[in-house]
Amino acid sequence: MNLENNNCATCPAHNLANLVKLGIDMSNFDYVVALAGNPNTGKSTVFNNLTGLKQHTGNWPGKTVGRAEGAFLYADKRFKIVDLPGTYSLLSTSDDEEIARDFILFGQPDVTIIVVDATRLERNLNLVLQVLEITDRAVLCLNLIDEASRHKIKVDDRLLSRNLGIPVVPTAARQGIGIQELLKNIHDVATGKFICKPHRLSSEIKNVSRAVDELNKKISFAFPDLPNTRWIALRLLEGDQKVIDAVRSGEIGSLRPVENFSE
Amino acid sequence: MKNDTDEILLTANKLRWEVGENFHDSILESIYKDASEISSKVVIQDGEKSKFDLDRFIDRIVTGKWTGFPIMFILLAVVFWITIVGANVPSGWIASLLVDTLHPLMKNFFNSIQIPWWITGVLIDGAYLAAAWVISVMLPPMAIFFPMFTLLEDFGYLPRVAFNMDNLYRRVGAHGKQALTMSMGFGCNAAGVIATRIIDSPRERLIAIITNNFSLCNGRWPTQILIATIFIGGTVPAYLAGLASAAAVVTIAILGVLFSLIVSWGLSRTVLKGEASAFSLELPPYRPPRLLQTLYTSLIDRTIFVLWRAVVFAVPAGVVIWLVANIQIGGLSLAEYFIHTVDPFALFIGLNGVIILAYIIAIPANEIVIPTVLMLTALSTKMAMGAGAGVMFELDSVSDTANILHAGGWTLLTGINLMLFSLLHNPCSTTIYTIYKETKNVKWTMLSTFIPIVMGLLICFFVTQIWRLFVA
Repeated sequence: MNLENNNCATCPAHNLANLVKLGIDMSNFDYVVALAGNPNTGKSTVFNNLTGLKQHTGNWPGKTVGRAEGAFLYADKRFKIVDLPGTYSLLSTSDDEEIARDFILFGQPDVTIIVVDATRLERNLNLVLQVLEITDRAVLCLNLIDEASRHKIKVDDRLLSRNLGIPVVPTAARQGIGIQELLKNIHDVATGKFICKPHRLSSEIKNVSRAVDELNKKISFAFPDLPNTRWIALRLLEGDQKVIDAVRSGEIGSLRPVENFSE
Repeated sequence: MKNDTDEILLTANKLRWEVGENFHDSILESIYKDASEISSKVVIQDGEKSKFDLDRFIDRIVTGKWTGFPIMFILLAVVFWITIVGANVPSGWIASLLVDTLHPLMKNFFNSIQIPWWITGVLIDGAYLAAAWVISVMLPPMAIFFPMFTLLEDFGYLPRVAFNMDNLYRRVGAHGKQALTMSMGFGCNAAGVIATRIIDSPRERLIAIITNNFSLCNGRWPTQILIATIFIGGTVPAYLAGLASAAAVVTIAILGVLFSLIVSWGLSRTVLKGEASAFSLELPPYRPPRLLQTLYTSLIDRTIFVLWRAVVFAVPAGVVIWLVANIQIGGLSLAEYFIHTVDPFALFIGLNGVIILAYIIAIPANEIVIPTVLMLTALSTKMAMGAGAGVMFELDSVSDTANILHAGGWTLLTGINLMLFSLLHNPCSTTIYTIYKETKNVKWTMLSTFIPIVMGLLICFFVTQIWRLFVA
């Protein structure tokens, strides 16, 4: 009996009944989820799948401007989800990239879903690695696997998950495939059931690791709660005005670590 | 705390000199390196990629140097042709239901329970008829046009349009993405103005905002289609009428694109000087559109949404029309006063007083221009139709509409000028408000509003003078 229960709880089909699409009712949420990714990877489709909203989707990059918000209820927890504009990176200074970057950094989402196009994984990973520098709670949504198999491309999602240190869920959002599995993983990361060990840029940048370390030490000392001090150090070294301002005003220190955010 | 942050910033400034200028590049390098390492481990390409890549093949044709533009025009023409031919019959059905059947029923009901005549007039002959007319004129073309447009969008054709247009926009000093916002404007200018947020440079974004109105929006398609059917379709044999009308509408749409290029050029040489910035546009893979879902979303999201907006604006406009037609001063209604005063000037530029008044009443929504024009025309020609002054007519066929307009002294020239003026006049009030919200600047809002009006008046004037020289 007990065993049977366990099986059910882990079976995505069982959890199908657990998803309640809340549309724009975002009251009293328990967790905040951000939806990031390259343009035209299907973020808005995933968003619609989760919230039941009908955010306009279209097959062209740059369709979502600003950000859309919605909510869903899963396993008794209320999630607020924010659809960020699609970007190729978080480094340069276009409006879109700033909106996405600021939300992941200052909005402190409990989970960031990174939607990637399985047929263009290498280029999409550039953004994934940058997101993982900022946050350590993320789920990779390996979208468009139907397209990939049409192009005879296979992606080893388990190996990818081990390399990135975050859950990887293959999906075909347009057909609604993999959404349940995605929900379960969002839930697990949000509740701390799954602890991410995100990939950090391995090949230490030449000549600068010492500088980064030195700065990193000072930042962690001043702001012991910050989860992403190394990234802040990198941005300061690059002279990112927004981050410099946030450090000067102390705003960066008021960013609570995600563990405390939901309490 | 303050000391800590100061020290961090000082250290950062000091270390920034040490890490050197290549720092940014080396971060990027290490990101690319890791990404490529990971993906080479986890991605397995089964067998050789086939030699023939369908996506590339299609792209070579639809973005080709010689084939790109003709295919664009043909696609547009086909979409309009299907819309024009397909919308006529259901329009008649809806009109006969809402106007011929329901309107007399409601009117009799109001009369039977002794409601004063002027209340019946305002509510039934004004508000209800305006809404009914808008539904019967707009619903069928939208229900055909939107799904087709959405299918093209879902398939991935829009970025190819942008790719084709990019070069033209860059050469006039605007941003290539303006081609995308222009495409959005074909649906709704307010949406197109919001979509300009994808353009990063403020200068280029302003150009895109100001010129978005040159994309014919939903509210104007039905006007174009109806007038083209009556005046352009009427000049050719019946079996060519659909084709000729579609060609006329496409011509106006292309003229709009040309004007947006010309105005962009003018702006980027004068008040908004600067070089076009480069950008990369990814051509997404073609995806087989999901037919049922597209039908559903384009009907619910776009068609019903736009229709609802039109009805919401048509109801008060209907009331206004009824009032200006029925409030009399010295034996003449307000509408007649206005029309007679403006007529000399309007006729001079090839329009008429009715059209000018209609465009003033229709500032909130372009959708109601045609109903307003018809009502006012009948009023000013004292046609004995309908049920008194200010009543929108029961016109269940295009030929009835044509009869009214011909009786009002309309010619082929008036038709052509109305199509031009419908392209070149102020944006609707929603769009003007959106422009203000996006730019937060009265000057740009005024400029966006008045550039098209001035152009419209000038172009109608020149067309009329040339017409009178050579044709009449």
